[in-house]
Amino acid sequence: MSTASPAPTLPVSLAANPKLSSWVRLIGEGRIAISPGKVEIGQGIVTALAQIAADELDVDIIRIEMIRASTATSPNEGVTSGSLSIQQSGRALRHACAEVRQRFLVAASERLGVDASLLEIDDGTISGPGNVRTSYWELAGDVSLDHDANAGATTKNFAKRAIAGHSVQRVDIPDKVFARPRFIHDCALPGLVHGRVLRPHVSGAKLIALDEAAARAVSGLVAIVRDGGFAGVVADSEAAAETALKALRKGATWSAGEPLPDENDLAGFLKSQPVETYVIDTRMAATTGKPIRTLRRQYTRPYIAHASIAPSCAMAQWAGDDRVHVWTHSQGVYLLRADLAIVLKLLAENIVVEHMEGAGCYGHNAADDVALDAVLLAKAAGGRPVRVQWSRQDEMAHAPFGAAMAIEVEADLDADNEIVGWRHAIWSNGHAARPGRAAQPALLAATEIANPYPRMISTNPPAANGGGGDRNSIPLYDLPAWTVTSHRLLTMPVRTSALRTLGGQGNVFAIESLLDEIAALRGEDPIAFRLRHLCDERAKDVIRAAARRAQWKPQKQSGTGHGVGFARYKNTGAYCAAIAEIEGTDDIRVKRLTLAVDVGEAVNPDGVINQIEGGAIQATSWVLKERVRFDRMRITSTSWTDYPILTFSEVPAVDVEIVQRPEIEPAGAGEAAHGPVTAAIANAVYDCLGVRVRDLPITRAKIIAAMELAS
Amino acid sequence: MSTIQFQLNGAATSVDAAPDRTLLDVLRGPLGVTSPHFGCGAGECGACYVMVGDRAMASCDLPMWSVADKDIVTVEGLGTAEQPHPLQRAFIAEQAMQCGYCVSGILISAAALLKRNPSPTEAEVKAALDHNLCRCGSHNRMVRAVLRAASQMAAS
Repeated sequence: MSTASPAPTLPVSLAANPKLSSWVRLIGEGRIAISPGKVEIGQGIVTALAQIAADELDVDIIRIEMIRASTATSPNEGVTSGSLSIQQSGRALRHACAEVRQRFLVAASERLGVDASLLEIDDGTISGPGNVRTSYWELAGDVSLDHDANAGATTKNFAKRAIAGHSVQRVDIPDKVFARPRFIHDCALPGLVHGRVLRPHVSGAKLIALDEAAARAVSGLVAIVRDGGFAGVVADSEAAAETALKALRKGATWSAGEPLPDENDLAGFLKSQPVETYVIDTRMAATTGKPIRTLRRQYTRPYIAHASIAPSCAMAQWAGDDRVHVWTHSQGVYLLRADLAIVLKLLAENIVVEHMEGAGCYGHNAADDVALDAVLLAKAAGGRPVRVQWSRQDEMAHAPFGAAMAIEVEADLDADNEIVGWRHAIWSNGHAARPGRAAQPALLAATEIANPYPRMISTNPPAANGGGGDRNSIPLYDLPAWTVTSHRLLTMPVRTSALRTLGGQGNVFAIESLLDEIAALRGEDPIAFRLRHLCDERAKDVIRAAARRAQWKPQKQSGTGHGVGFARYKNTGAYCAAIAEIEGTDDIRVKRLTLAVDVGEAVNPDGVINQIEGGAIQATSWVLKERVRFDRMRITSTSWTDYPILTFSEVPAVDVEIVQRPEIEPAGAGEAAHGPVTAAIANAVYDCLGVRVRDLPITRAKIIAAMELAS
Repeated sequence: MSTIQFQLNGAATSVDAAPDRTLLDVLRGPLGVTSPHFGCGAGECGACYVMVGDRAMASCDLPMWSVADKDIVTVEGLGTAEQPHPLQRAFIAEQAMQCGYCVSGILISAAALLKRNPSPTEAEVKAALDHNLCRCGSHNRMVRAVLRAASQMAAS
């Protein structure tokens, strides 16, 4: 039996949505509907949740039908973010399905006249001694699932799991290779018309006058919508909507914008703004060695774009003037609904928000923004559904970015260059301005309409949720003393919100870079140095596993370098160690990344590997190439030419080892690799070229500048 | 407006469209063929690739006049679940995607590659896919899938 605690409590998502039937329903002969509140954003979560449910119910996974989240029917699980879906939805489903299984066993026992302990379930068929049998579906009328979950339900022991913990093929992939419409972009609702929204090219500019005449003449136009500074068109085809938008843009008069920072001095900008300062953590040693000197280093990372391959898209359809249905690839259908209710001044119950898959989502992108755009334009469509799709340019300029960061770390060293004191200070905008969490909406169009709401200044999630700019800023290493301070900007000229790892990537880059530098100063192997400062065995195991797999440390060859990076995501989630092998002289190439990861129970091991590979490659792209570009007036990196990402020829080989711990609660894998890979590449650059680049991205120009500084 | 005729996935097709309207718009609009995806509208990401003759091309900036009498293939024409193209089988076997939005364009680039080079090296596969962007980081799986499909096609 599983590890029941003395006073059992429900998993958090199940406590918030206790009715069993909101999670599990028998549908038709041989089918079971599973309805999580978390959504597929390209991470494979729907498959992993189906595995958990199938396993706990003892049915084949092909019997499971996964229901897309909707505010009409689904449990409210907040937002699909923070690598928490397996922890929250997975635990809730495991628990709910265990109880459903138990309820059916009791009903079967009554019907068959056999003690429940003698019954077995195999693919939904319940059988017992004497060849008696029934099934979930035969018993469906006897068992009501309209009950609240019982905290005492017992889930399977991990050793008995037959599906969870084993690689299965993802349920969504066949549709995607056989071109069966699955993305919101490909959905054809009857009577669908197309909308486009007029957005400024100059940052912060507001629409002050609009000559609509030319747009009105466009064939196929359905409506022009104007609400204060919000303007858009609806037309009977995408081409007509594009043409009308182009005409509308020619008739637009904009106010002057708001100045942007100097893109070449982000640290200077970040450190000169009004801030809210708080101490994240402090640790004082009873006795420490005597500091002889202090290393002071500054690390920076630029603003980073989500840059999904698809521009954001949504559909909306009004029924009368007080009910609206929204289709969205938002990460949080209930949170989006809450913001829509504020803007529309409607009861939330009058709004249904339904999820459909979009392109890969790496955090708070424009999915929510475009949903409000669609709702506002659909008001003028006479009850027809309106589909709005952003342009590539708007996607790269108006969606929130991952926040730029400046991080100062000071390490006090004693006579043996051992660390005796550590100070880590972060300057950054907040890393979250998500919808549905404040009295004011976070949606872009809400700042443009006639009675506008102010632009939400991003904040940081609390430490209990892993923090924001401060995420992963507290060392996991056993250092004798430290102080970690966060300075959150109170101005926000460049819009920021949650991007994969929030501040984790920057903080791990800083910590792991300086540790590497100190190890080098001591002439100590960087892996031995890390292991010596860790007491967490899971942490040590992933570092040792990665080192073994990469045959650490390969013999030094001219023109190549190796580096290591490690973190436990959020200090509470998945453990990940990365070793990078690079080559180059001034323009570097990442040849190979070797990673070891411990997510506890890996529900779909191939899914975990896929996420770690993807995270490692995306992080490599961030480190080598990515930087949101702007002049003092506008975002200029609005195309793939101006915002290049890693291409097939530039992608390193990625080799992943999972340290399986089936007995430990699973953690998400989607954000574990970014910090370690970033640090591993930076440390490999030092190993290869003898210079430390502390300002991301690590480009040829930065390497040359670092070489000049060193010489 | 003019009538433009071409072959679409092996079937004679005729549409009335402005000659400068893009192929992507016509495919996704009146023809209801949704596998080519809009990504950038500037031919920079590869999400909208279709095969024109033996070449993978961006359909988002391909005017209709230029496809008259041409042979166009989209993923809908590559294969079906019942009769999959080796690439489709290989992408499933390798679980070669995360979100999958870029995949139809990549299948097209790969299919065009295998037509002109049935046994490509890994470097040749990567070079052939260099105009297709993937943001999720599934590149290595996709390269493996293309190589797997090539070896299966050679064996059959």
